[in-house]
Amino acid sequence: MSDLPAAPFWMPLLIVIPLAAGSLAFLFGPRSSLGLVAATLVGIWLALIRLILDFNDIGLQLYPIGSWSAPLGIDLRADGLSVVMLGMTATVGSFISLYALGYFAGERVLGGRFWPLWWFLWAALNALFLSADLFNLYVTLELLSLSAVGLVTLSGDRESLAAGLRYLLTALAGSLAYLMGVALLYGAYGTLSLALIAGLTRSEPANALAASLITVGLLLKTALFPLHFWLPPAHGSALPPVSALLSGLVIKASFYMLLRLWFEVFPSALTPVFAQGVGALGAIAVFMGAWLAFHQEKLKMLIAWSTVAQIGYLFLTFPLVAASPADALTAWSGGVYLALSHAVAKAALFLAAGAMLRVTDEDQIERLEGVGRHLPVSLFAFAAAGVSLMGLPPSGGFIAKWLLLDAALSTGQWWWAAVLVLGGLASAAYIFRVLRRCFLAPREHAVFHPVPLIMPIAALSLAGVALALGLAAIFPLRLLEKSAPFVGAAATPPMVVP
Amino acid sequence: MIGGGLIYAIAGAILFALGLYGLVVHAHLVRKLIAFNITGSGVFLVLVGLPQRMAGTPPDRVSEALVLTGIVVAVSATAFGLALVRRLYELTGKTRLPNDPRPEP
Repeated sequence: MSDLPAAPFWMPLLIVIPLAAGSLAFLFGPRSSLGLVAATLVGIWLALIRLILDFNDIGLQLYPIGSWSAPLGIDLRADGLSVVMLGMTATVGSFISLYALGYFAGERVLGGRFWPLWWFLWAALNALFLSADLFNLYVTLELLSLSAVGLVTLSGDRESLAAGLRYLLTALAGSLAYLMGVALLYGAYGTLSLALIAGLTRSEPANALAASLITVGLLLKTALFPLHFWLPPAHGSALPPVSALLSGLVIKASFYMLLRLWFEVFPSALTPVFAQGVGALGAIAVFMGAWLAFHQEKLKMLIAWSTVAQIGYLFLTFPLVAASPADALTAWSGGVYLALSHAVAKAALFLAAGAMLRVTDEDQIERLEGVGRHLPVSLFAFAAAGVSLMGLPPSGGFIAKWLLLDAALSTGQWWWAAVLVLGGLASAAYIFRVLRRCFLAPREHAVFHPVPLIMPIAALSLAGVALALGLAAIFPLRLLEKSAPFVGAAATPPMVVP
Repeated sequence: MIGGGLIYAIAGAILFALGLYGLVVHAHLVRKLIAFNITGSGVFLVLVGLPQRMAGTPPDRVSEALVLTGIVVAVSATAFGLALVRRLYELTGKTRLPNDPRPEP
């Protein structure tokens, strides 16, 4: 490991490409969008596919930036979890980009503001999933929050500014709590590297305090009940492509960090009481989120509250993993797969809703009557994505819930199985409430505006991916299993490409 | 032996708590941003002070580099927050969030 002559540069490329695209989009304004979008997407996919192939052949990937290795330099690291999250970002991100081309076609000023922030956000996400140390995670998380807040306030009206400020202050408080935890860990162990700290942590007060600060900070950013207050206004008042990337991708970043830290860095602090407690908060979020989603007047607020409910499911992973080592891998894969399929399905839902609202020109569920006749493609996308949210076969949501159910039943925790099943019914209630409206006959004098064709097509393709995740689950699951934290992978030394 | 670093770390912990308190109780958005900066300074003091808690420890370059990065992040976040507050003030004439339940001063 002393000299690294030809480490593969696919990992830094995944960060540099969107960063360069963001800078170019900022410099050249809205003129550049089509060519730039095409070039960036191709670049990102090429780098990602090469990274996945290398990971599949060789295993864990390490890249010291500028050949300076840690602690002075910054290491990039990719294992199965990182690769799957990068793939999720690229899939959802590509369709959101295509959709945004149509959405901002008539609004050059808004588009000129959207593209740089979106590319920077993508770069921050990729960098976060490739980070190998606690501090780099902090910096990328801040970059992510700042670009996300910028995107929320894109339209610059009173409502989105207030939502953006609330989001900003919450995000800053969350990151500082996280950073305080990192400061304590660094003071105690003298290292920031995830891999090194994993071998050092013991059950002691400093460690428990650090873990609590980090967890509370990240729960605030992931918007788990009761820390979800900032999410519905921010996700509900943003423009549809922005809502899609916030609900689909941004909250997954802090959830990814929680998975990474709890199961790989301080598993010793994962006590049954903590795990059951987090699971209970998740269960409350599932039912409260679904209840409030059902009672919303505005379509985007309904989808935003549905995000609160779906975040609740993600946290059922913790009690299921903690229960028994034998079922830990199943529950963990289920949790990651749920994050993946929620990202795709929720983004598809927001994109479809954006097209439906463009047609009716008003964010009211009441006004959706007749949309089924005028925009059947979007409505079909909405329904197909809804299938994944409800967890019905054949969809990614079904596979994920199946894995979680399997873990719940074989560890004898029937109460979590009940939450999983009843929660699916609750999501069906609010999805069908929207579908019912859309199938009614249009009102007299109702005006339907045309939408660019790319918008419903992008939404439908993404919904198709949500279903395909149910049929082709084996590939992502195998990637996950390859370096999962529960199969003794932590003990094998990282491999560096010679 | 206990060194000077520990005093900074303890002061940092107190500032962190004070800052979080301010972030929650104040309705005025600029006060919230100032509280965020106080919280941040508290974290930076802990980050620098804690590794040097024993007397005679040489200064830790890594933690200094971390604090520098942290300061850059905090400055950018504050500037962005102030820009948003100004825009909100132009639109609503108020320096607080529109649905803040607390009574006007």
